[in-house]
Amino acid sequence: MSSALELGDLRKSFGGLPAMNGVSLRVEAGERRLIIGPNGAGKTTLFNLITGDLERDSGSIRLFGHEVSRLKPHQRAHRGLARTYQIITLFPKDSLQHNIVLSLLGLRRMRWGTFKALARYTEVEEEAREVLKRVGLEHLSRRPIAEVAYGEKRRLEIAMALAQKPKLLLLDEPLAGLSREERAAMKDLIGRIPREVTVVMIEHDMDTALDLAERITVLHYGSVIVEGTRAEIIADPKTREVYLGD
Amino acid sequence: MKWARWALLAVALAAFPWIAGEYYINLTSQIFIAATFAASLNLLVGYGGLPSLGHASWLGLAAYLSAWMSLKLGLGHALTAPAALLGTTLVACAFGWISLRATGLGFLMITLALSQVLWGTAYRWVSVTDGDNGLRGLTRPAPFGISLDGATSFYYFALAVTVVAITLMAMFVASPFGAALRGTRDQPRRMSALGHDVWTVRWITFVYSAFWGAVSGLLFVYYNKYIHPASLSITSSAEALLGVIAGGSGTLAGPIVGAAIIMLLKNYVSAYIERWNMLMGFVFVLIVIFMPEGVVPGVRRLYLRLRKWRTG
Amino acid sequence: MQYWIIQTLNSLALGGLLFLLAAGFSLIFGLMRIANLTHGSLYMLGAYVGVTILKFVPNLWLAALIGGAVIAIFGGLIERFILRALAGNALGQVLVTLGISFIVADFCLIVWGGDPIPVQTPLALQQPLRVGGVAFPTYRLVVLAIAVVTAVALYLLMERTRIGAMIRAGVDDMQMARAVGIPVSKLFTAVFCLGAGLAGAGGIIGGPIMSAYPGLDADMLPLALIVVMLGGVGSLLGAFVGSFLIGAIYTFGTALLPDLAYVILFLPMIVVIAFRPRGLFGRQTV
Repeated sequence: MSSALELGDLRKSFGGLPAMNGVSLRVEAGERRLIIGPNGAGKTTLFNLITGDLERDSGSIRLFGHEVSRLKPHQRAHRGLARTYQIITLFPKDSLQHNIVLSLLGLRRMRWGTFKALARYTEVEEEAREVLKRVGLEHLSRRPIAEVAYGEKRRLEIAMALAQKPKLLLLDEPLAGLSREERAAMKDLIGRIPREVTVVMIEHDMDTALDLAERITVLHYGSVIVEGTRAEIIADPKTREVYLGD
Repeated sequence: MKWARWALLAVALAAFPWIAGEYYINLTSQIFIAATFAASLNLLVGYGGLPSLGHASWLGLAAYLSAWMSLKLGLGHALTAPAALLGTTLVACAFGWISLRATGLGFLMITLALSQVLWGTAYRWVSVTDGDNGLRGLTRPAPFGISLDGATSFYYFALAVTVVAITLMAMFVASPFGAALRGTRDQPRRMSALGHDVWTVRWITFVYSAFWGAVSGLLFVYYNKYIHPASLSITSSAEALLGVIAGGSGTLAGPIVGAAIIMLLKNYVSAYIERWNMLMGFVFVLIVIFMPEGVVPGVRRLYLRLRKWRTG
Repeated sequence: MQYWIIQTLNSLALGGLLFLLAAGFSLIFGLMRIANLTHGSLYMLGAYVGVTILKFVPNLWLAALIGGAVIAIFGGLIERFILRALAGNALGQVLVTLGISFIVADFCLIVWGGDPIPVQTPLALQQPLRVGGVAFPTYRLVVLAIAVVTAVALYLLMERTRIGAMIRAGVDDMQMARAVGIPVSKLFTAVFCLGAGLAGAGGIIGGPIMSAYPGLDADMLPLALIVVMLGGVGSLLGAFVGSFLIGAIYTFGTALLPDLAYVILFLPMIVVIAFRPRGLFGRQTV
């Protein structure tokens, strides 16, 4: 059984400035992994490299044993990879349901259909409403994104990724900007993600995130500093160093 | 209610040649051609978010291919029409591949430059295109033995082609592919993360839009029985783009209304002042500054506001 | 022999004129992300304004200076009052510049008429330069020299002055430039004036070679586009190399394969876009 995600000596630099300094990482299938690190540690860059939004300079990226570093982002999505964005990236003029439909279309052959109207694929709309129900947004399905609250957009971010039934899900700060109640609800939502989905999450809110994760990776200046269980991370002096200054 | 409106429109369009004089019948035929042309550009600009300034390539290329084949090779319309459409679409495959190395302004400049290649060729390659004289002495086809030389018969022909073209484009936009296309316009990164092949979606749209541009080119050359390099110029591309934007890009009715407005302006105003280019320039500047969303969405918003106000 | 020398000089002179046009276009695009489609019109307007100035000031160089300044001011007005109003709307800005180019084209037609207006070569430069039995057209050599001097001056401006450093910072990363307090707004106007002025002066200096005629704008704009896409957006070196490359291809293409010269002209651009979208010397993708 190969790991869900395996990074080998992954490197990336922007105009000579190194952003990813040879990161090696292994996430087992079904694991919940938290990635933490101070601002500028390269957490989102790491996600962008895994999804293919950025091209790596060198190193390997393996999804469930398959080397994907030469694949385009959409090809990686077809291998079971899904993500959410730290900065909300939805289709603002469209309804919540249409957002989910676009997500469902992404992995289906019918996305190339040019004659039959989308509105007549009732099974897709049905499934989209089903997805919205699972995240508690069903009552808003016809509303355009621009009209719903921030917390609801955050939920939709996750719903779009979950709609694809991914094998590996990357969550980029799913709790950012949420109120205390919303965070609890979101935590609940993330906690309910089925076990066959491997989850890698970037999050600053330790109180909430630590409960969700089994293993934690600390990233600093594009390198892995420490990796281990919650207790190991807290006990390690290097964590303290990273967070409490040089 | 909705059906009644469509039926009314259909009757009006069908009955028009009985009521109107030849001048107006011909003017309306020209509006049909311009509307098909603008609607095809709208697929790219409005739904794909890809501003092309080279769309005249497709109208002009199809017209030139068809004219050249019938004049210099002596082929009949039954052969030249599909061959011209095929040839134009193949060139569009290549142009799209190059142009879509970029998006946004880069795309705009590349499409402009590539269309200049065709324009320059039409002007300079005199042995093939007769240069500045243009290709003249063409005929209109006679489908099923019905001559299209009269204003009325051509009107119905242009109407039929336009209805088919716009219906198919509307279906394209309403399809899952159309939804994906709009997605690539609004959030290309998210779309590729969702598994959509953004580049291919854009390329297919480029080629499809060029195909309908080519169809309008055939109508154009049949109507005028003449083709000149000016049809391939920046001005011609700009006119179409102005039609799309004036009417409202990304809406179905927008480009049709826009193309009609431009065609009417061109016909009426040009009768009084000679300076169509200058007028078009001013219209461009005014529309972009004061009505960037276009006439159709603008009017629709006014209408909705009015209805809200009336119902309290 | 004589024929090829003349052709070579023609190509170099055309390259020089293209540089005057493309350098400004490239800087404006690189800095402001505006594809200024009036650039060809500014060149043509320069040529026509030069024709008029020459009626009062019988000196081509002085006319080029005055005319360049006039066009620079005209460009500045466009930037301040129209493009500024559309800041952030890149497509709107392009369409407006396109609209203005139509207005300018018709304006020139109204004022100066539809016939080409030749421009006299300055008397002192009418005699060819004879070296070892070969005659070199003097004026073309002078145009080449002007382009090279302008290129060096622009290079020094960009690399050795504060303004140049600010422009470079803006081309590389606009947000960063704003963040560190560079007066971006003034810089925009300055660069737009500079670009417009160079194009206008180019039109006048090019007068004795190309004369002033309707359609000059539509002939020059695509050339500027290909030069910039070939050389790379925002790169002076790119504009320089691209200009002379295109000047050569255009001249020799027309001489050898007149039918297809225009197609050949675009081939290098197409190859570059297909395989190196940044252009030969560009740092950013178009």
